[in-house]
Amino acid sequence: MNTPRVFRALSATLIAGSMLAVLATPSLAEVVIRRGNGGEPQTLDQAHISIDVEGFIVRDMFEGLTIFDPHGKVIPGVAESWTLSDDGTVYTFKLRADANWSDGKPVTADDFVFAYRRMEDPKEAAEYASILYPIKNAEAINGGKAEVDTLGVKAIDPKTLEITLERPTPYFIELLAHYAALPVPSWTIEKFGGEWIKPGNIVCNGAFCMTENVPNDHITAVKNDKYWDAANVKIDKIIYNPSEDQATTERMFEAGELDLVYNFQTDQMKFLEDKLGKDQVLAFSDLASYYYVFDNRKPPFDDARVRQAFSMAVDREFLSEKIFSNTQMPAYSFVPPGIPGYESATVSWADLDQLDREDKAKELLKEAGYGEGGKPLKIDIRFNTNENHKKVATAIADMWKAIGAEVTIQNLDVKSHYAYLQEGGAFDVARAGWTADYSDPENFLNLLVSTNTTFNYGHWKNEKFDELMKASYEERDAAKRMQLLHDAERIAMDEQALAPLMVHASTWLVSNKVQGFAPNPSNEHLTKFLSFK
Amino acid sequence: MSEMTQALSEPTVAVHGTSLWAMARHRFVRNKAAMASLVVLIVVAVFSFGGTWVYPHKYDQIFSSYVAVPPSLDPYPLEDTLEQVMQTAVERARLRLDSFDADGTSYTARISSDKPVDPRATRYLDRPDEFEGAEIVSTLDDGKTVEVRGNINGQYFPFGTDRNGRDLLPRIMVGGQVSITVGLLATFVSLIIGVTYGAVSGYVGGRVDNVMMRFVEILYSLPFMFFVIMLVVFFGRHFVLIFAAIGAIEWLDMARIVRGQTLSLKRREFVEAAHAMGLSNWQIIRRHVIPNTIGPVVVFVTVLVPKVILLESFLSFLGLGVQEPMTSWGSLIAEGTTGMQAVPWLLIYPAAFFVVTLFALNFIGDGLRDALDPKDR
Amino acid sequence: MIRFVLRRLMSALPTIFIVVTLSFFLMRVAPGGPFNLERPLEPQVLESLKRAFLLDRPLIVQYGHYLWNLLHGDLGPSFIYRDFTVAELIAKSLPYSLTLGAWALLVAVFGGIAIGSYAALKQNSFVDYAVMSVASFGITVPNFVLAPILSFVFAVVLRWLPAGGWGDGGPANLLLPVISLALPQLAVFARITRGSMIETLRADHIRTARAYGLPTRVVVIVHAMRAALVPAVSYLGPVAAAVLTGSVVVETVYALPGVGRYFVLGALNRDYTLVMGTVVLISVFIVVFNLIVDILYAVLDPRVRYE
Repeated sequence: MNTPRVFRALSATLIAGSMLAVLATPSLAEVVIRRGNGGEPQTLDQAHISIDVEGFIVRDMFEGLTIFDPHGKVIPGVAESWTLSDDGTVYTFKLRADANWSDGKPVTADDFVFAYRRMEDPKEAAEYASILYPIKNAEAINGGKAEVDTLGVKAIDPKTLEITLERPTPYFIELLAHYAALPVPSWTIEKFGGEWIKPGNIVCNGAFCMTENVPNDHITAVKNDKYWDAANVKIDKIIYNPSEDQATTERMFEAGELDLVYNFQTDQMKFLEDKLGKDQVLAFSDLASYYYVFDNRKPPFDDARVRQAFSMAVDREFLSEKIFSNTQMPAYSFVPPGIPGYESATVSWADLDQLDREDKAKELLKEAGYGEGGKPLKIDIRFNTNENHKKVATAIADMWKAIGAEVTIQNLDVKSHYAYLQEGGAFDVARAGWTADYSDPENFLNLLVSTNTTFNYGHWKNEKFDELMKASYEERDAAKRMQLLHDAERIAMDEQALAPLMVHASTWLVSNKVQGFAPNPSNEHLTKFLSFK
Repeated sequence: MSEMTQALSEPTVAVHGTSLWAMARHRFVRNKAAMASLVVLIVVAVFSFGGTWVYPHKYDQIFSSYVAVPPSLDPYPLEDTLEQVMQTAVERARLRLDSFDADGTSYTARISSDKPVDPRATRYLDRPDEFEGAEIVSTLDDGKTVEVRGNINGQYFPFGTDRNGRDLLPRIMVGGQVSITVGLLATFVSLIIGVTYGAVSGYVGGRVDNVMMRFVEILYSLPFMFFVIMLVVFFGRHFVLIFAAIGAIEWLDMARIVRGQTLSLKRREFVEAAHAMGLSNWQIIRRHVIPNTIGPVVVFVTVLVPKVILLESFLSFLGLGVQEPMTSWGSLIAEGTTGMQAVPWLLIYPAAFFVVTLFALNFIGDGLRDALDPKDR
Repeated sequence: MIRFVLRRLMSALPTIFIVVTLSFFLMRVAPGGPFNLERPLEPQVLESLKRAFLLDRPLIVQYGHYLWNLLHGDLGPSFIYRDFTVAELIAKSLPYSLTLGAWALLVAVFGGIAIGSYAALKQNSFVDYAVMSVASFGITVPNFVLAPILSFVFAVVLRWLPAGGWGDGGPANLLLPVISLALPQLAVFARITRGSMIETLRADHIRTARAYGLPTRVVVIVHAMRAALVPAVSYLGPVAAAVLTGSVVVETVYALPGVGRYFVLGALNRDYTLVMGTVVLISVFIVVFNLIVDILYAVLDPRVRYE
C-alpha cells in the first residue's frame, strides 16, 4: 500500500499551511491589536464599500479631509483648515503640508479631485455615489447626464482644494468624513487597475496600510511611517478578524484571542457583563432606527388610525428590556435623538402607559371598523433572517394578538427581503432599519418623501410632508431648516407612516487593556487613537 | 432445471418468505438494544404528539415576565422576586406600594396615592404574568389608600423558557412533531420515487436502465445542499417544501438499492413464471418485484429518517428551517448553541431529545438489519 | 486502466455541463440580486452596477458568456468579494479546506475502520456496545452542536486550545476543527466496517483460515480486511468530496478561511459567480473521487473489472 506517500503529501500540505501562517505570526516586540471586525469586508475599495465593517478597515488606511475623533466629533484630517464662501456654496480646503502617501508621495488636491470624479463616474458604479451628490453636477454626472470633468471639485494648487456645491449643505463637513469622500492614489489605480487594492500594490495615506488579506481569516495592516501624525500612533500592527459569528467572536474574546469585538449577542449582555466585567462590555446608542413599515397602499394600513393602533400596541419597553437587554432603547420618533440642533418629533402617545395605549389602540381600530365585531385583521410580518429580528417579530406578533389581529410571521434572507420591498412588492408589515450616513434629520426623513419610490417601502404619501421637505432644502437658516424638518417629522409621526420601534445601539467588547476607545453615536473608532495600557 | 422444480419454486418462496419474516421478527424481539430503542421512540413520539394536548402552555405563548428563566421544578414566580414585580407594576400605575405580603398562592398589598385610587388600577396589577385576579378588598383614607388581594399565578417551567419567554417544554413537543414528521415524510417521498425508479430501471433493463442510471449518476454529482438552499430561498420556508426538497434529493441511494435487488430478482423463477402467466410488466413490478425488495428498503428507511432529521437541523443552523413560531428540534438546537453559556438549558433539553431519538432510530436500524439479514443465522 | 480513467473523465464532462446549467438558471430564478442591500442603492447607481456586471443583458447571453469564460478557465469576478475573482477566492481558501479535510478524512477513515474492526471482532461484547455507542453519538450529534461545545470546553474553560482562527495552522489550531469534522464520518465508517467485517469473518475462507490456526490478527489484517473494506470504500467517495471542499459549520464556528462557507454565503448573497464556482469545484471533486473509489474497488475486490 502507498500510505507513506499519502502521509508525505499530507505533511507537505500541512507544512505549506504552517509556513503560510508563520508569516502571519506577530513578532513579540511590536504592539499588535486584534480587532474582531464583526464581518468580512466585501471590498476595501473606497468607491465600493457600503457597510460599517468595511469602513472600520478602510478608515484606518485612508484619511479624508475630515475624520471622526474618538468621541465621534468631526475634526480636521488631511485638511488643516477650510473657509466657506458667504453664499455657502464654495469651500476652500488647505491640506496639510506633511500629509503623505505611504510610498512617499505628498497627498495633493488632485488626489481628491481624482477620487471624487471616480466616485461619480457612472462607469465606476460606486455604491455610495449619492453621498457626494451635494457637490455641483455630481448627481448629473453619476446619472450619465454630464461629463465627469464638470464636477465642482478643483485643485487650486497641490495643497489647496476648492469644492463648489449644488446648494448650501449645512452638513457638508460631516459628509466629508464619510468613507465615500476618502482620497485614492491615482497612479496605482492607473497602473494596477482593479488590483490596486491588493496587498503589495496598495498605497495608503492613513495611519496604517494593509499587508495581508486572507478572506475569512484575517486582514493585517501595519503602521504607515509616512503618515503625518505617525509619531502619535501607538499601535504597530492591526489584525482584523472578519468572523461575523457572534458566538464565535465572543468565545475568542473570552479566550483572550481578540482585543476588540464589534457586535455581540445583545440578549446576553447581562451574562457577558457578569462574566467579563462591565468595563469590557459596551453598548451605546447610535444614529440608527429600527422600524416596522406599513404598506400604505392597501387596507387595513391605508388608514392612519389602524397604523397608529398597531404602533401603539407594541410594548417597546419589553423589546428593549427583555430582548435587547437595554442595549436598544425604545423609539417614539423616526429620527433618533442625538442630532445636534434637532429635536425629534415624538408620537403623541409617548407618555401614555402601555395599558392605556392598548385601550386606545382598540378604540381606534373599532373606529376604523376593524377588530372585534368589525372586519378581521390578518397581518403578516416580514423580516430578514436574523436571530434578533425573529425575537422582535415573535414578540410583536403576540402583542398584536392582544388587540385582535391574527398575525403570521415570515422571514426571508436579507437579499430576498429587500429586493421584495425595493421592487414594490405588496406586504402588510415589514421590518427595516436605517443607519445615518451623516448626522442630519434629512437623512432619515428623506426616506418618506413620496417620490422616493425605492426607499419609501410603505409608499406613504403626504403632500404637506413633501412640501415641508422641499422647503427644508431651500431654507438657508439652520435653525429654521431644523424647524421645517421637525414639522415634517411631526406629520409623519401623527400619520404614523411607519412605526419606529427602537434606537439601535452599537455593541462592542473592549478589552480592559485597550485605551482610547470611547462610545460615540457615529460608531467610528479609528485605531490610530487606540493604545494599550 | 426440471419443470417440477419450477412449478414448486413459487410456493417454496412464499413459505420461505413467511418463515423469514417470522424469524426476522423473532430475531428483532430478541435484540435488547433495538427493543429498548423502540420503546424509547414510542415514548418520544407519544410525548411529542400527545403532549401538546395535555400540557397547559401553548408552544407560542409568551410569558413576558419569564424571559429565559432557568428550568425549575418549583413554580414561578419565585417568592423573593414578587415584591419587586409588584413594586414595578404599582409604579407603572403611578401609585405607591406601602406593604406587600405573599403566602404561596395569594397576596395582599396596600397601595396609596395622593389622589383617590382609580379602581381600574387593579388592571395594572394583573398585568405581569405573576399575578391575577386583583381586587380591592377595602378602601381607607377617602380612597387614597386601598388594600388589594389577588392570586399568585404559579407557572411551572420544568425545562425553563426561551429567549422570547416561551415555555421550552411544549416547544420541544412541537419541535419533535415537526422533526419526526419531516423525517418520515421526506423518507416517504424518497421511498416512493426511489422504489419506483429503481424497480422500473432494474426490471426494464437494457438501454432504459442505462439512461436511467446515468441520470442518477449525474444527480449524484450535484451539490445537494445548494439545491436545498436555493429551493428554500426561492419558494420560501414552507414546511411541506422542506421535506419535499429533502425527499427529492435523498431517493438516489434508494433507487440504486432497489435496482440491484430487482436485477437479481428478475432472473428468479417466480418472476419468469408470472411473466409466462401473462401479467403485464407493471403488474409484475408491483406484485412481485417491489414486495421482495422490502428487506433492504426497510433497513434503508431507518437509516434515512435520522439522516433527514439531521439535514433539517443543518438547514435550521443556516437559518433556513421552519418558520417561526413553529419550530423543530434542529431550530431549537441551533438557537441553543448561540447562548450555550448564558442559557444552557436551551441547548441541553432539545439536544437530549434529538440525540436520544436519533440514537434509538440508529439502534432500530441495526436491529432490523441484523434481523432481516438472511446470512445472519 | 488508463483508457478506463480517460473514458470516465470524458463522460464526466456532460455531467458537469448539466450541473453548471442547472445551477446557473436556478440561481437566477431566485428573488433578489447581489445588489439588493439593506440600504437601498440609488436607482441610477444600480443601473450602472448592473451594466458593469453585464446583468443588464438577456439571461441567455449571460449564460453563453459564462460558459465561454468557463471553457477558458475563467470563473469570473465575485459580486460580493469585489476585490477578488472567484478563482482567486477559491485558490486562496482551498488549501485550508484541503489541509483540514485531509486530516479529518485520515482520522475518520483509519479511526473508523480500526474501531469498526475491533468492535466486529468483539461482537456483542461490552466493548462492542461501548465503542459503537460512542460512534453512534458521532452520527447523532450535529456538528454545529459539537463544535461550539468543544471550543467552549477546550478554549474558554480549560484554555488549552485556541477558540478559533487558523493561526499558524499548527496542531493546536487544527485539533478541534479536525475532530468536529471527522467525528460524524468516523462514526459512519466504524458502523459500515463493523457490519461488513462481521459478515466477512463468517465467510468460508476466513473460517478456514482461522481453523488452520492462523492468529486472529493475521487473519483479520491479511484476509478479512480486504473484503470488509469494500463497502467502506464506496462510502469514501462522497465523504471525501464533502469533507475536502470544506464545511460551512466548522468554518463558521471556528472562524476558518475555507471554501465551505462560500457556497452558503454565495447563495444567500446572490453572488452568482461565486456560487457557480463552488458548484463546479464540488462537482469536480465528486466526479474525481467517485473515479478514485472505482479504482480502489478494483484493487480491493478482484471480481470487479474495469468495464
